[in-house]
Amino acid sequence: MRAPDTNEILLQIDGVALSFGGVRALRDVSFNIRKGEIRAIIGPNGAGKTSMLNVINGFYHPDHGAITFKGRTRTKMQPFEAARGGIARTFQNVALFKGMSALDNIMAGRTLKVRRGLLWQILRYGPALAEEVEHRHRVEEIIDFLEIEAIRKVPVARLPYGLQKRVELGRALAMEPDLLLLDEPMAGMNLEEKEDMSRFIIDVNNHYGTTIALIEHDMAVVMDLSHRVAVLDHGVKIADGTPDEVKKNQAVLDAYLGVAH
Amino acid sequence: MAGGGSFDTFPRLLLRNAARFRARPAFRHKDLGIWQTWTWAQVAEIVRAYAAGLHRLGVQPGDKIAVVGSNRPKLYWTVMAAQALRAIPVPVYSDAIADELAFVLAHAEAKLVAAQDQEQVDKVLSVSDRVPHLETIVYDETRGLDDYDHGRLMAIGDVIEDGRAALAADAALGGRIDEFIRQGDGSDIAIILYTSGTTGASKGVVLSTRGCIDAATDTVKFDRLTHQDVVFAYLPLAWVGDHYLNYVQGLVAGFCMACPESGETIEQDRREIGPTFYFAPPRGFEAMLTRVMIRMEDAAPIKRRMFNYFLGIARRYGESILTGKPVPLSGRLLYLLGRLLVYEPLKNVLGLSRVRVAYTAGEAIGPELFAFYRSIGLNLKQLYGQTEAFLYVTCQPDGEIYSDTVGPAAPNVDLRIAESGEVQFRSPGMFVGYFKDQAKTAEAMTSDGYVKTGDAGFFDEKTGHLKIIDRAKDVGRLADGTMFAPKYLENKLKFFPNIKEAVVYGDSREFVCAMVNIDPVAVANWAERNNVAYGSYQELAGHPLVYDMVANDIDEVNRSLAKEKVLAGAQIRRFLILHKELDADDGELTRTQKVRRRFISDRYAPLVTALYNGSHEADISTEVTFEDGRKGAIAAQVKIHDLQVIGTAEALGKAA
Repeated sequence: MRAPDTNEILLQIDGVALSFGGVRALRDVSFNIRKGEIRAIIGPNGAGKTSMLNVINGFYHPDHGAITFKGRTRTKMQPFEAARGGIARTFQNVALFKGMSALDNIMAGRTLKVRRGLLWQILRYGPALAEEVEHRHRVEEIIDFLEIEAIRKVPVARLPYGLQKRVELGRALAMEPDLLLLDEPMAGMNLEEKEDMSRFIIDVNNHYGTTIALIEHDMAVVMDLSHRVAVLDHGVKIADGTPDEVKKNQAVLDAYLGVAH
Repeated sequence: MAGGGSFDTFPRLLLRNAARFRARPAFRHKDLGIWQTWTWAQVAEIVRAYAAGLHRLGVQPGDKIAVVGSNRPKLYWTVMAAQALRAIPVPVYSDAIADELAFVLAHAEAKLVAAQDQEQVDKVLSVSDRVPHLETIVYDETRGLDDYDHGRLMAIGDVIEDGRAALAADAALGGRIDEFIRQGDGSDIAIILYTSGTTGASKGVVLSTRGCIDAATDTVKFDRLTHQDVVFAYLPLAWVGDHYLNYVQGLVAGFCMACPESGETIEQDRREIGPTFYFAPPRGFEAMLTRVMIRMEDAAPIKRRMFNYFLGIARRYGESILTGKPVPLSGRLLYLLGRLLVYEPLKNVLGLSRVRVAYTAGEAIGPELFAFYRSIGLNLKQLYGQTEAFLYVTCQPDGEIYSDTVGPAAPNVDLRIAESGEVQFRSPGMFVGYFKDQAKTAEAMTSDGYVKTGDAGFFDEKTGHLKIIDRAKDVGRLADGTMFAPKYLENKLKFFPNIKEAVVYGDSREFVCAMVNIDPVAVANWAERNNVAYGSYQELAGHPLVYDMVANDIDEVNRSLAKEKVLAGAQIRRFLILHKELDADDGELTRTQKVRRRFISDRYAPLVTALYNGSHEADISTEVTFEDGRKGAIAAQVKIHDLQVIGTAEALGKAA
């Protein structure tokens, strides 16, 4: 796997804390994501992984700490601002428009890229038409890339889970994001589907140069896939480094396998 | 109508088509959701540039160029460009596992490989140390290949661009390409097609340019194909059928080849393109029908009744109307209504609306299946052929169609039955020999120059058409001397929708036994409708209700056998349902999906023993190979079911 070319930092998290009532989901977590890398956040159930992702894309607002994305620091950011800023994500439980075709779902990912106004869109004439053709071309490239030509016109609700996940990835890619957040992209998949998805993630990173942050609890997958891994346990970052370093870390082994008392 | 005429090489045919059919489509390929089109004039220009590019890469006349991948215009153009340089194209099955690929590439002494994508490039690279002549790999789809060492790796697009630029810069290069085309001769080797290897290692069938073009000229005339036809090129590129029906006939007649977007989109693409000439093996037609029937099960009752009623009408009158026999007026009117309401919409859904001529071959086709397609107005015919003949040996002329014959000899084919019952022929497209294998070539020919097909057959007394029974060497006898034709029995079994594959045993045995593969689509659908729960193929295959269902089917076969005097003794006494599907990756089927009998009896030896020693259960563990070459094992306990033999009298009683 190709290592990222630069050490430029795309996203910096400083001392983020988040609590829901008495539950402290995140405690003073700091880490960064470099441009062009595949960054994994792992940890046992309830470690705060999804909370972390939700903080990054503005879905939750941290109680303390700062998030710096592309050089701009903010504490409060709305999800749509994150999307405009170039952060796309997929969800742990697939969140697609079930009645729409795979193609339309991915086209929806182009929404933020549409330049013409609503009226032009409705008329579907002249420049609006040309623009739509261009968007469709980009979407078709993604369809080709993810090898889902055969399901282009199939309503998403009729697709098996593994393919729905792939369509969701397609929609996120359609935004041409700077940072792609994947929330358990391989949850509930069999071995073959996992391998396919791993290949797509690596290809996205290689081909489009997209920076990827992914959450996963399947250790084996993460170790093969990521450039760097951060490990959370009970809202605390307990390790951070290359897959090899993390694998040898005693705190990580304890968190995953339990400690003899 | 165009023929080969005085054009005896493929590059000359291409230039003729470019001049005669200039702006007519030659190739279509669905890419990024849109059908991209190339005209004959464009293709001629691209192939010329491609040939120049390959020439600059050092390709010389006589070099072998392997082509690995599915139906892509750039891969067909590789064949054309190679032929323009008088090099020899060697297509290889795209799903060949690494060892098979290594064998063919090494045996053919391939100097350059044109691969479709990263997957195929990886496969070629993984065996490159076993292929000493290999110098360069070119590829079509660039995806994932950016990071590879490009020392000996190049995109086909770049080769074409390079050739185009060089042609523009250097007039002498164009002259050299023209010189290659001028020197080309009908006796040149057009292509080497490796057989899929029903019997052991595959052999390279060498075909001459003149022979290929003459054979195709005859069949193009026979089926009145013109430059206005459209074919759907979805069959394996390395198979004689695709090369003959699409590539060679396409160049001879000047028609358009449409390539699907991917292997999974074939049905949609066929419907969009609407081919006028179509080939599918019997199992292709069967899969199509099965899907229609399954969907009809879920249709509204009124639609279902209409569908069934008009299929009844079609069964009664359809065949006769298609072959032009007399039909009462009321029948004609009802059929017309049926066409409007059912047959035409159905054909449209299947993408067969515009088909003028359809062929099937390779296996026996079920009489009901055959009659179904013909009755809804599809001109489906049978042909019999093999790679050594460059496809056609016999084919059915319009109006003389029977489901159990393969027709009279094709135009200019000389056909005879040897003393032993073996079918032998001489034909215009007949092969030159097996590549680098004099001994095998001699073995396949008679002393007076006929090719031995290895199939046993006879001429039907009534029609004069050829009937094929089985592979000559497979016809055996039971211990008591009763004739045993395994293929014949297996075909009878496979005509049932629940049974996908069958292997029967009986040669030199007391009685006949069968191993059966259920059809996962049909049986899973049945299970869903009957609330039968199962977790895996293995569980479904072992289900007692499934066993009962299959037992009923086999009883039916036995009943039909009881009516045939010679074969009444060869009824199936015991059977089992295999716990896994037979698979080409495990070597159990050939790449063209034919059963490899001997291999299977070795692999499942414990099961065969159990079939004959009276036990009712047997344990089996088999190794399986995944597509990427890894191996795993499946273990299972398989049940064995006994059947009652049906007496001749009983059968007659039932029939009465």
